[in-house]
Amino acid sequence: MIVDPLITNLMVFVLAIFVGYHVVWNVTPALHTPLMSVTNAISSIVLVGAMLAAGPADTDWGVWVGALAVVLAAVNVFGGFLVTQRMLEMFKRKEKKDAQ
Amino acid sequence: MLSANQVALAYLVASVFFILALKGLSSPTTSRRGNLFGMIGMAIAVATTLTLTQNWLLIIGGIIVGGAIGSTVARKVQMTAMPELVAFMHSLVGLAAVLIAFAAVNNPLAFGIVKAAGDPIPGGNKLELFIGTFVGAMTFSGSVIAFLKLSGRMSGAPVVFAGQHMVNLAMALAMVGCGLWFFMSGGTNWTAFIAMAAIAFVLGFLIIIPIGGADMPVVISMLNSYSGWAAAGIGFSLNNPMLIIAGSLVGSSGAILSYIMCKAMNRPFLSVILGGFGTDTGAAAAASGEQKTHRSGSAEDAGFLMGNADSVVIVPGYGLAVARAQHAVKELVDKLGEKGVTVRFAIHPVAGRMPGHMNVLLAEAEIPYDQVLEMDEINSDFPNSDVVLVLGANDVVNPAAHTPGSPIYGMPILEVDKARTVMVVKRSMAAGYAGLDNDLFYMDKTMMVFGDAKKVVEDMVKAIRDTLIK
Repeated sequence: MIVDPLITNLMVFVLAIFVGYHVVWNVTPALHTPLMSVTNAISSIVLVGAMLAAGPADTDWGVWVGALAVVLAAVNVFGGFLVTQRMLEMFKRKEKKDAQ
Repeated sequence: MLSANQVALAYLVASVFFILALKGLSSPTTSRRGNLFGMIGMAIAVATTLTLTQNWLLIIGGIIVGGAIGSTVARKVQMTAMPELVAFMHSLVGLAAVLIAFAAVNNPLAFGIVKAAGDPIPGGNKLELFIGTFVGAMTFSGSVIAFLKLSGRMSGAPVVFAGQHMVNLAMALAMVGCGLWFFMSGGTNWTAFIAMAAIAFVLGFLIIIPIGGADMPVVISMLNSYSGWAAAGIGFSLNNPMLIIAGSLVGSSGAILSYIMCKAMNRPFLSVILGGFGTDTGAAAAASGEQKTHRSGSAEDAGFLMGNADSVVIVPGYGLAVARAQHAVKELVDKLGEKGVTVRFAIHPVAGRMPGHMNVLLAEAEIPYDQVLEMDEINSDFPNSDVVLVLGANDVVNPAAHTPGSPIYGMPILEVDKARTVMVVKRSMAAGYAGLDNDLFYMDKTMMVFGDAKKVVEDMVKAIRDTLIK
């Protein structure tokens, strides 16, 4: 008996939503902007799909479309994580000051 | 070359890192480690996927080009411009998802969707590609409009026309129709697929234009959610659980933020999304307004009053971001601190143009986050506060929220009207986003200080500094 991959995927999907729901409610409201930028970086996981699209050795238009998607997603991966880091550094500077 | 099982296990590890990344944001102290976990997860995912591809030069080149652009933008962007940056980045995820779906329809073999070249795409995958494409396309065009509105390149005012909702509904049905056509067709029906994507692009645009500026916190959270669902949709089409997990995390995160924002405005999500708020109600309220008098004072007077208070609460709003006054505010806090005044900040969930917007600006100005309180934490303290300084906020401090029948009735507000003295820095007596007059401005204990937030705060600092020297 083999389960259709769609069903397995659906299980993963539903469970991940539950995990997301519980994890996100615990995020402190002060960090909601970094939350948006980091989730933005995480959603650029579509980079993986873009790489597969750009992957085949026999180059047709699909490969170029994939390459363009790689560039777009990479902008987001780097931009998203780095801007989050920059913001979180700002929340850090004051901790140090408090400790002094 | 990794086996399929090894790839799947690596993807599982990456997924766990993504969950840890979000978990880290529960407190500022663990947040940086969380962000690092996110980067590690992404690095594992990319390195693993690279082993499945052949065009390394093209892919790594693409990552370098995109990475260089992304890093530069992240380094250069002003903190006041965060809302439009986030909107811009949402649009990229949406567009990338659409491009991937096109590539997948073109060459399903490369994604492992079919077993041999030329095989038809299975029905289930077609359905998933359809969902991934239309969500991606709507995310893209909706985010472009949000970006234009937030960056001021397009007016923030709602764009409404007769029959708007009927047009949107008709287009949504046409889009689903094309999707079904694509789904039912035997081979690869490009006409249906392209038509569906095109309609989705236009629909994303039409859905966002009627939504006004101050509802942007909801819109941007919603688009955040969409970009996650788009990634999850692509994950379904590629049978890739990592994409599904990452996408669902983002999707639920955006959905929760939208919910929090709507609750903070006491408006149903549907009413925000249908848009048009603050257009007709505004005209009615302005017409019925009788002549009322307000008291205004200079920044120097205000500075003097604050300098002699025991406790001051500052309520920042979008006006602070527009005037880029956060650093001037920090100086004010320092000067008041020297005079022995306790200063705290009160943040309304929808202050600014995105969730947490004010917190980031204050953090940028190095204001310690334990001085920055959320609405629920500070509301009971207002009666004990000597002075409340409202900086460019309006609707979130409007006592009309307690009056049945008011358009904002029931909205949770910062109860600054309970403080001993209220000072409101504003450019004019104009109504706020909701188009309502604000009774707070006409109270006996309220002093209006007119001017640009930054200029006014700088003048206040000068006035306090003078008293310190004497």
